[in-house]
Amino acid sequence: MPITSPETYWWKPADKQEKIWITVAIIWCLILFTMMPLWHFVGGQNPSVEPMKIRPDDFEKVASAFIEKYKVGEEAGIPVVKPPDGADVYLKGQMWNWVPILELKKGVNYKFHISSVDLMHGFGLQPLNMNFQIVPGHDNILNLTPSTSGTFHIICNEFCGVGHHTMVGKIVVKD
Amino acid sequence: MANEMEFRTCPITGKKVYATTQNLMWINAVTAVVFILIGGIMALLVALTRWPAVHLLSPEWFYKALTAHGLNMLIFWIIFFEVAGLYFGSSVVLNSRLAAPKVAWLAYILMLVGSILVDVMVFTDNATVMFSSYVPLQAHPLYYLGIILFAVGALTACGIFFGTLAIAKADKTYEGSLPLFTFGLSAAAIIAVFTLACGAIIYIPTFLWSLGVIKNLDPAMYRLLFWGLGHSSQQINVTAMVSIWYLLGALTVGAKPVNEKICRTAFVLYILFINLASEHHLLTDPTLSPAHKVFNTSYFLYLAVLASMIHALAIPMAVEVAQRKKGYTKGLFEWLTKAPWGEPGFPAMIFSLLIFGFIGGITGVVYGTEQLSIKSHNTWAMTGHFHATVVGGTTLAFMGLTYYVIPLIFRREIIGKKWASAQPYVYAAGMILLILGMAGAGTLGSPRRHWDVTFADSIIPFSFDPTVLLFTTIAALGGILAAVGGAMYVGVSVLSVFLGRKLAPNEAKLVY
Repeated sequence: MPITSPETYWWKPADKQEKIWITVAIIWCLILFTMMPLWHFVGGQNPSVEPMKIRPDDFEKVASAFIEKYKVGEEAGIPVVKPPDGADVYLKGQMWNWVPILELKKGVNYKFHISSVDLMHGFGLQPLNMNFQIVPGHDNILNLTPSTSGTFHIICNEFCGVGHHTMVGKIVVKD
Repeated sequence: MANEMEFRTCPITGKKVYATTQNLMWINAVTAVVFILIGGIMALLVALTRWPAVHLLSPEWFYKALTAHGLNMLIFWIIFFEVAGLYFGSSVVLNSRLAAPKVAWLAYILMLVGSILVDVMVFTDNATVMFSSYVPLQAHPLYYLGIILFAVGALTACGIFFGTLAIAKADKTYEGSLPLFTFGLSAAAIIAVFTLACGAIIYIPTFLWSLGVIKNLDPAMYRLLFWGLGHSSQQINVTAMVSIWYLLGALTVGAKPVNEKICRTAFVLYILFINLASEHHLLTDPTLSPAHKVFNTSYFLYLAVLASMIHALAIPMAVEVAQRKKGYTKGLFEWLTKAPWGEPGFPAMIFSLLIFGFIGGITGVVYGTEQLSIKSHNTWAMTGHFHATVVGGTTLAFMGLTYYVIPLIFRREIIGKKWASAQPYVYAAGMILLILGMAGAGTLGSPRRHWDVTFADSIIPFSFDPTVLLFTTIAALGGILAAVGGAMYVGVSVLSVFLGRKLAPNEAKLVY
């Protein structure tokens, strides 16, 4: 019984069935273990590999400069920005917007810098469903190459106050 | 307070039940049930708000209720119940008096004051910060103080557990090795010490920060240490739950561990590897290098998964062996079909094992991969994952055990035995629907902790694939069904504990 001490010496060899099960489980664990590092080399999607700190005020300045330089219009009070091919792109999470709205070109690689200037936010790219944690004071650097054209939305999926559920951003990818 | 040396002998197990232990178990278990009631009401309100057809609460109330739901369920209900379990596993199972019962009462008071403080802060709008309370979102200082008091109380209770093990060993109240159940709980208590240490390391500076003593706290550092507490406390639950599976197997069909060496080695694997794997919360954070992630959340994680795989064989195997010994040997599955399905403990154990293992375990391993975490991080699928592990798994196992603790330890006859027998089925069915709904909607991108997935109030218009709404409805219906199951549990246990017929000293009632 599990509530009584084992009657005898209990360090006994495993049974055949137990050995088979544990062997299968270990092999399965090894396969899983191999996949994660392997995907870094063969896979197309990996989270940020460049940890970088940036103070929220500094990020605010860099992002504002980026918006001013490449601004092409405005939508619902939020600037629309069209960065040149291959440029560094700055996306700012704040209560409760993603700024700016971006116009990108299909097949071009952009280096995204995403950070927050206030609370923690959650970057959720829809409908692709790709999600990253956006931490104030840290720059989430992602190399993104849009492979389809169309309109994509960014929702916020980390609680950031009472207006959290209204926080939506937009990326338009053109051919 | 009862005399420290006063005890009675349980007619079924032959164990000595000390009056001090019984009183402490009683108060901790009853308090746990009060908190599952509060958390359960919040759960129903949250489910009815997430369901767009009803959309019950205002955003302010929704986020407040969600914060309260997480804290009351995940921390207060589970840990108060676990403390009762620790006293049972040390004092009752080892036939020993409890170490320092007065200190154990102090631990209880600290936990109670801490939890009341937290709940008061949340319900008075001073701490709408979610379970994780991510810095720099700030709550009232008393909220952090409440968490600290609760953690100190829980840590003290772990100390009482270790102290009782030492007393039992010194007084030679048992022979040979610790019983497996107590061995498993020891693993849980060791994990708890690490977990609560992480909690202290992060909540003390956060408390000082909320007072203005410390100016800056790095939010990324907070996340790292918070999950050392937040996820590792779920590992305490896993370890305690697996121990309870072994216990329920014994109580319902007389199952005996087939190979003690293998079961115990698996518990040791939990102690060694499970906590560092908690870093999988940070897989999509901008802070950790890939090598670091692979080492902790892949290498370490799978060694802990291996331990769960071992229990997944050992427990059904023990049940099968016990049933076959009773003569249920026809075909491959007579041992299972002739199992005591009408007794609440057996279905509670089986559903807990299946929901935890097949739904919670598999989703956990999948979402814990660095690249697939991108697809699931912060989505409702994650909420589905931990409802499978902590609710369908841990809570259901605890519920099943309650129906035995009441007659055996608290000496009261269960009121509403049929309700008790049906309860695990209703609760498990509700949880499965809830989890599948959450997983489905989350896989399509539906976020967790969100008041309105139709985005009616956002400046930039956006709407999900309508399938998300279908899955959300399934989850809401599952949530309502689970709330019914939860109400059945609270009803039966409260009525039985307070109004159930007192059992005579030698009367043993385990028949449902």
